[in-house]
Amino acid sequence: MTDLSPELSSGLDTPLLTLSGVAKNYGGARPAVTDVNLTVARGSFVSLVGPSGCGKSTLLRLIAGLLTPSDGGVHWDGGVRPDDLGFVFQDATLLPWASAFENVYLPLKLKGVAADDARDRVMAALGRVGLGDVPHRLPRELSGGMRMRVSIARALVTEPPVLLMDEPFAALDEFTREKLDDDLLSLWEELGWTVIFVTHSVYESVYLSERILVMGSHTGSGRIDEDLLVDAPYPRGLPFRQSPAYFDHCKAVSAALRDGEV
Amino acid sequence: MTGARFVTILIPVMVGLAALLVWEAAVRLGDVPKFVLPAPSVIGAALLENFSSLMSALWITLRITLLAFALAVIGGVALAILFSQSRLVELALFPYAIILQVTPVVAIAPLILIWVGFDNVNLALLILAWIVAFFPILSNTTLGLRSVDHNLMDLFTLYGASRWQRLWSLQLPAALPYILGGMKISGGLALIGAVVAEFVAGSGSGTGLAWRIIEAGNRLQVPTMFAALFLLSLLGIAIFFALTLLEHLALRRWHESAVNRDF
Ligand SMILES: Nc1ncnc2c1ncn2[C@@H]1O[C@H](COP(=O)(O)OP(=O)(O)OP(=O)(O)O)[C@@H](O)[C@H]1O
Ligand SMILES: [Mg+2]
Repeated sequence: MTDLSPELSSGLDTPLLTLSGVAKNYGGARPAVTDVNLTVARGSFVSLVGPSGCGKSTLLRLIAGLLTPSDGGVHWDGGVRPDDLGFVFQDATLLPWASAFENVYLPLKLKGVAADDARDRVMAALGRVGLGDVPHRLPRELSGGMRMRVSIARALVTEPPVLLMDEPFAALDEFTREKLDDDLLSLWEELGWTVIFVTHSVYESVYLSERILVMGSHTGSGRIDEDLLVDAPYPRGLPFRQSPAYFDHCKAVSAALRDGEV
Repeated sequence: MTGARFVTILIPVMVGLAALLVWEAAVRLGDVPKFVLPAPSVIGAALLENFSSLMSALWITLRITLLAFALAVIGGVALAILFSQSRLVELALFPYAIILQVTPVVAIAPLILIWVGFDNVNLALLILAWIVAFFPILSNTTLGLRSVDHNLMDLFTLYGASRWQRLWSLQLPAALPYILGGMKISGGLALIGAVVAEFVAGSGSGTGLAWRIIEAGNRLQVPTMFAALFLLSLLGIAIFFALTLLEHLALRRWHESAVNRDF
């Protein structure tokens, strides 16, 4: 139950991402992340769940290279370079003075792609998140959910082989969230990326992922305590959301989360 | 909307006109001598009478103010950018910028005059006005460049942005509201600096509005003093409105401070 199933790990010579003994101490009494050992297979969809403050964001930032570990190492394999990563922050994090188009164009602009050459890719990315008709709007003229989608389009525009998302839909209503979950899944199925998805929603993690890492339950904050597999086939739609298997998985994850809180 | 804007202009104008009328009436009825308080009509006459000399004085003051202001903006923003790139430079230089700021310009003026020489009074005025106008730009820009959202900074790191890209596409636009706020303060200060400096410099080749006021005061031409004062206020107001307009045009689309909420 705590290891990759043979089907998933077979055919993978090396894991895409390896964390060995990773720890991060911000300087407080206890470290935010301790002793995380983890491998992530290419093309997998992995969720990271845990209570608030258990170190999920810290771990994701360590993986992205935005933080340097106090101990241990983060190792990418198979020619993944830092700029192969797409990162979606917990809030939209858009340039307030720039239009939706310019915000999505930003990663390409920083790589030196001319605006004319990027136009089609930017519009395609906006189209994927259903914002093809409002490229000229400024962030403040968009709803919260639309801003979040711009942020996702920005992460998609470079077609990163690896997508790291930090509670991207946490601030959204249930309905929009389920819609964006489905959009994300179909993109993932279509493009075959590797996704690491932080959430505090048990339901969302079960619906989306092949594998769920439960953080900070048994041993207090900062560790990965359970590594669960969700062996339901994709595409997962409404039928999966309503299936008994779905609820069983949810129960299992909830139990894993509760385990530590004696 | 247009009605409301009309009222916001109309009301202060009406108040001003009413005050002028009361002033005029009070001076006439009370028989106040014009070297104590001249009536608006007398001031107006003095303005017309000395029009060309007052205008050339206005031009000199305006030129010094604008030049000092422009140099303050360029210098302040440039130094703030330098500070943002190197903590060491900031640590080394910021205390001196503060010293420059807290030392009263009146106290430095004689020294500057001696240094640049009395045949270069305009240069001295420029330096003094610059000193006064410089600091708000520097401190506001420094604050603005530092106040960038950390996640946005991380985003730029993630996409491998160079220092220059980070500065140009993120830090400077994010600092723009702060820079414009600093400009609004320092535009007024540049004028004050130019006038104070001219007072201190006394005579010489500098014959701006401040010198006109001193000169007219010495001759007890109080209406001319008022006329010069009036032009100075007008100049200050014009600078303020120009900068407010600039701020509005630059920020109205995106910044909270300038966004129009009632559509
Ligand atoms: N920059 C920082 N400096 C000091 N301590 C920090 C910093 N960032 C996070 N922490 C601490 O590290 C711990 C883990 O924080 P982290 O943001 O990783 O939690 P999280 O699991 O993402 O929580 P949430 O679900 O609320 O986002 C917390 O105790 C937090 O107080
Ligand atoms: Mg977090």
